[in-house]
Amino acid sequence: MTEPILAEHHPLDDLIRADRMPHIWCPGCGIGIAMRCYAQGILDSGLPVKDHVVVSGIGCSGRVAGYMNLDSYHTTHGRAIPFAMGIKLAKPELMVTVFSGDGDLVAIGGNHLIHAARRNIDVKVICINNFNFGMTGGQFGPTTPRGAIATTAPYGNFELPFNLPYLLAAAGANYIARWTTLHARQLKKSILEAFSKPGFTFIEVLAPCPIGFGKSNNINDGLEEMELYRDRCVMARQGEMNPEELEIDLREDKPILIGKFIDRDRPPFHPFMKGQS
Amino acid sequence: MRVFDRQPLNIDKVHIPRGQVFLIPDRCKGCELCIHFCPEGVLETSSGMNVKGYHYPTIVSGKENSCIHCEFCALICSEFAIFTLAIPETTNGG
Ligand SMILES: Cc1ncc(C[n+]2csc(CCOP(=O)(O)OP(=O)(O)O)c2C)c(N)n1
Ligand code: SF4
Ligand code: SF4
Ligand code: SF4
Ligand SMILES: [Mg+2]
Repeated sequence: MTEPILAEHHPLDDLIRADRMPHIWCPGCGIGIAMRCYAQGILDSGLPVKDHVVVSGIGCSGRVAGYMNLDSYHTTHGRAIPFAMGIKLAKPELMVTVFSGDGDLVAIGGNHLIHAARRNIDVKVICINNFNFGMTGGQFGPTTPRGAIATTAPYGNFELPFNLPYLLAAAGANYIARWTTLHARQLKKSILEAFSKPGFTFIEVLAPCPIGFGKSNNINDGLEEMELYRDRCVMARQGEMNPEELEIDLREDKPILIGKFIDRDRPPFHPFMKGQS
Repeated sequence: MRVFDRQPLNIDKVHIPRGQVFLIPDRCKGCELCIHFCPEGVLETSSGMNVKGYHYPTIVSGKENSCIHCEFCALICSEFAIFTLAIPETTNGG
């Protein structure tokens, strides 16, 4: 045998809408890797697929809801979290995951994000951070590093980006982690941990967007960005959160901290539950 | 057969898994992540093209039995295009 054996189905095809493959994502885009980790996480969670629900907003990352073969909701831009909260309040037995992008969750949906964390609603957020609005053509947003080139910042972005783990820690989330799409094993494990952690959980996933962000910032393709993650990523010690160290700028030759930052047990939000004060 | 400077005590018990690579060529977008990150250098770009014109991966000649079923290629394939299955131990010539 000098060739791989040709297959028609992938082992995870039951969990994705295989009839819609190949998906729309560009070559080297990282979203599919994170979606694969989520699909594997669902399989390994031990919960029946019918108990899992995925909610996305709008964007390339938001397409995930359309590609998962489970109850999925593709909502309006920025509103995945309030939508997910509604599902969770009506059907608390469901495992509700929000899978969306940095623009969707942190720009237009930023207020929903911090208040959901503050209330500690039992929703699992997987946030693809590709440092830009990929779908609409590479505009800068609240996660774009200062100085980075974007279609709407041809001379470099003037604004300071959000530091997502730090923001979510202050807002009150029970579980906060950051991985990259190179850390697929760790990401899947983290998704499983989030499933078993009551309350608001937030996993930031750094992912290549070679088309929207990479090419205008001297990262030529998905492979180069993955190689950069391998060179720079350093595991953080749990519980230690130095805001400066947590900042990310792919173009700077400094470590990118990854790992689990927060794992705590504040009471989750359920207004209909007796005894919650 | 591997040669060790110091022989591990449990060498007889350690089993190196073997994998068989499977591919759905028409899903591949030629990103080459699987090729680049395979720890055993099992994969290379094929000269063949799929329906969309992408060069999918193939196996390096001489590496037909080198896959250790670490599954990393499957983990980082954004396209659900490549995966491996373990070759059962009994049929594994070693
Ligand atoms: C109300 C509204 N405003 C603006 C848009 C245009 N729009 C579509 S996707 C998007 C940004 C998505 O960015 P992100 O969530 O980071 O997703 P990515 O494409 O980077 O994965 C914007 C601004 C929209 N669809 N609806
Ligand atoms: S534009 Fe960026 S985020 Fe969207 S599919 Fe392409 S690489 Fe992925
Ligand atoms: S399973 Fe591991 S060793 Fe085998 S081809 Fe994939 S990456 Fe290479
Ligand atoms: S990782 Fe997947 S899409 Fe990329 S070259 Fe390999 S098989 Fe093709
Ligand atoms: Mg984005």
